[in-house]
Amino acid sequence: MTGPQPVAKPEVVSGSKAGGGPLIRAGTSLIPDRIFYAAVLSCGLCVLGLVGVIVYQLVTKSALSWHAFGWKFFFRSDWDPVSEQFGAWPFVYGTLVSSLLALMLAVPLAIGVAVFITEMCPRWLKGALAFTTELLAAIPSVIYGLWAIFVMVPLLREYVEPLLGRYFGWTGLFEGTPYGIGMLAAGIILAIMVVPIVSSITREVMTAVPQQQREAVLALGATRWEMIRTGVLRNARAGILGGVILGLGRALGETMAVTMVIGNRPEIARSLFAPGYTMASVIANEFSEATSDTYLSALVEVGLALFLVTIVVNIMAQLLVWSVTRGMPARSHG
Amino acid sequence: MGVGIKVEHLNAWFGKTQALYDISIDVPANHATAVIGPSGCGKSTFVRCLNRMHETIPDARATGKVRMGELDVYNGTAAVQIRRRIGMVFQKANPFPTMSIYDNVAAGLKLNGFHDRKRLDEIVERSLKLSALWDEVKDTLRKKSGASLSGGQQQRLCIARALAVEPEVLLMDEPCSALDPISTGKIEELIFQLKENFTIVIVTHNMQQASRVAEFTGFFLLGKLIEFDKTEKIFTTPSDKRTEDYITGRFG
Amino acid sequence: MAKTAGQTGQFAIAPVSLWRRGMNSLVTLAAGAAVVAVLVPLGAIFVYLIYKGVGAINWAFLTQIPKPVGEAGGGMANAIAGSGYILAIASIMGVPIGIGAGIYLAEYGRNRFGDLIRFTADVLNGVPSIVVGIVAYGIVVIGQGHFSALAGGVALAIMMIPTITRTTEEMLLLVPNAVKEAAYGLGVSRWRTTLSITLRTATSGVITGVMLAFARVAGETAPLLFTAFGNQYWNWKVSQPTAALSLQIYTYAISPFDEWHRQAWAGALILIVLIVVSVSAVRIVAGRGMLKGAN
Repeated sequence: MTGPQPVAKPEVVSGSKAGGGPLIRAGTSLIPDRIFYAAVLSCGLCVLGLVGVIVYQLVTKSALSWHAFGWKFFFRSDWDPVSEQFGAWPFVYGTLVSSLLALMLAVPLAIGVAVFITEMCPRWLKGALAFTTELLAAIPSVIYGLWAIFVMVPLLREYVEPLLGRYFGWTGLFEGTPYGIGMLAAGIILAIMVVPIVSSITREVMTAVPQQQREAVLALGATRWEMIRTGVLRNARAGILGGVILGLGRALGETMAVTMVIGNRPEIARSLFAPGYTMASVIANEFSEATSDTYLSALVEVGLALFLVTIVVNIMAQLLVWSVTRGMPARSHG
Repeated sequence: MGVGIKVEHLNAWFGKTQALYDISIDVPANHATAVIGPSGCGKSTFVRCLNRMHETIPDARATGKVRMGELDVYNGTAAVQIRRRIGMVFQKANPFPTMSIYDNVAAGLKLNGFHDRKRLDEIVERSLKLSALWDEVKDTLRKKSGASLSGGQQQRLCIARALAVEPEVLLMDEPCSALDPISTGKIEELIFQLKENFTIVIVTHNMQQASRVAEFTGFFLLGKLIEFDKTEKIFTTPSDKRTEDYITGRFG
Repeated sequence: MAKTAGQTGQFAIAPVSLWRRGMNSLVTLAAGAAVVAVLVPLGAIFVYLIYKGVGAINWAFLTQIPKPVGEAGGGMANAIAGSGYILAIASIMGVPIGIGAGIYLAEYGRNRFGDLIRFTADVLNGVPSIVVGIVAYGIVVIGQGHFSALAGGVALAIMMIPTITRTTEEMLLLVPNAVKEAAYGLGVSRWRTTLSITLRTATSGVITGVMLAFARVAGETAPLLFTAFGNQYWNWKVSQPTAALSLQIYTYAISPFDEWHRQAWAGALILIVLIVVSVSAVRIVAGRGMLKGAN
């Protein structure tokens, strides 16, 4: 401990109490307390500062592109580094479509898994199942991508897509040559990656529903499914929606696995078999090769847009989840 | 040697709610003083004001004068220093769970910068003997954790820990309320012996306990000190009707 | 003896209709199917990782750097080491700040300002990793003029901080008030109590939080793409581009060479093993440590 008032070395008093003062005669600890407070406060401020730094970097580095193209940047489709014309619409489209497709596949699966684990599962199986779904969340994106390229895509190309094309081609969604690589592959791998998040939040909010609610419905003579539907899912609606939106946030920002299977062509097509491009992917592929300032700036602007969208989505999701689990996840214990 | 505590016009609040009203009391040195009264009468709050633990609760404050010997507890001295000279034993034993028995007893000293190994060994042994725990733990001092002892032993460990820093006053907030009769008996015996060297203030809801261990007793009701006198007098010929009602069991 | 309502048929209780029972069973089946549908890819991934990865892992793989394109052999030693290097840099920056912020929130942040920091940390957790890469690029790479391990470390640190902050706060709040009161009662100062008592009691939980953040960023690729950038050779300089396991897997996976594909699987297997081992090790240590004191 340092400071203008150093703590005095403790005085050793002989064993008996005769005339003794306190065993430890020490100075105040006011200064060290203040230093400690300042240190941890500055760490807390760092957290705030980080957001500031992120926003600052994104805004300043994208200014060039913003001035050159304005709002139209996000609605034009010409992405041509050579002639320095940049329009980000294909990427926005790709991000939206791949994420929506992922959600459409993931949400029913995730809710199904959550319902099974919370309400239907025999107790001995619960822990193991919960653990394995969490395990899915721990797999790095690049490994998902690796598996997708060499295992999932050939499967899609050889079996799934021809089937889809034959029976559902009339919808216009499954036309064209099945390469395997493309929007459909991206949507599927994203779905697999998003399921753990949606599932674990759904489980959390379902568990938060009080047992009395379930019993009230059962006491009216409901079947188990009816009890789940009216007693649990209904009450946890807001939280489940929050989990879904959180999953959306994750899907929007996902980079590596998508980049590896989406085909990386800035095209807009109705068919899910066609290749596409997402906002995260274009940054990943082209950032380190961007030759001109405008090029780089355009990529940063795409990043800025991605940042803003994910922030908004995540905030909405947090608010929804909090409204059900009620208050701070971290609680004080007395 | 213990010193006495002189309290003058002590008032205490929790936020806007007043918990203590104008308490004035003279706690004599080297004796045990019991603080009794029904639930919610402010006895714990009173005792926690003596070593400024009251202010660790957010929105809590106190006014008035508390003197320990010539030391003004509230003005001019840091709370941290006060608490090194006024020790406290809590209602539920709270040994440090990650520390061994030895480290628990030595904690007060180590955390205040005192590291002389040999002296620490002596002090730990002496404190554990003072709190009548030495024989039971002397072989497992460093091996067992503080939390692995029984309830009564844990409380005696906490007493040893408080004694190790050699305070002049020891405050005990219902120390036996969570313990079985045998452990309670051991601790009461302890208080009897400690009186010689320390001033003790013990909060208790057990009137028999008060009459067993304390020479003086103060009766609190709804945040006010109703009566303070020799224990014998309080329990045989109390001056105030409210005291009489309480000790005869008419309420509380 | 009067007949009961059921017997007279007046308030006959209808049997549960076939439709409702059928619905119930169908839903149970569907939920079960969902579980299977989710477990299948998981199983498939692990099976392939082992099947394709084990064959390519050998001593050379673990100790050599990549050979030039076209030549067989070589390994990812520099990438494994590089990942460790970058993670170490990230931890030096991220762990103290994260724990410090967590302490602030637990001890001094039970107010609106603390709420703001808490909220910000949760929001930060959702920032896409590629965006973090852009930010680190702007802060470090532009200043230095080239890619570097430091830039990669900064990017990963930015990702570690919010996670560590929140878990540290949670763990510190779990320490019962009684323990803190005991320390105050002994006259221990606020900062000493927080460090030596509160933090010490919550140590294993805090470490778990740190390791989880660590495991999460260990597999990250996107933020390293244009910060650490990758390197075919050994590099221990903090200011030079450095190889990383995740980067190497990516580069090899998208390449046209079979030999590199094989090595990508091997690298992936190693990565997942390292992650699983560190998370399990943490669980074991934490499980023992937390109870060590309370036994």
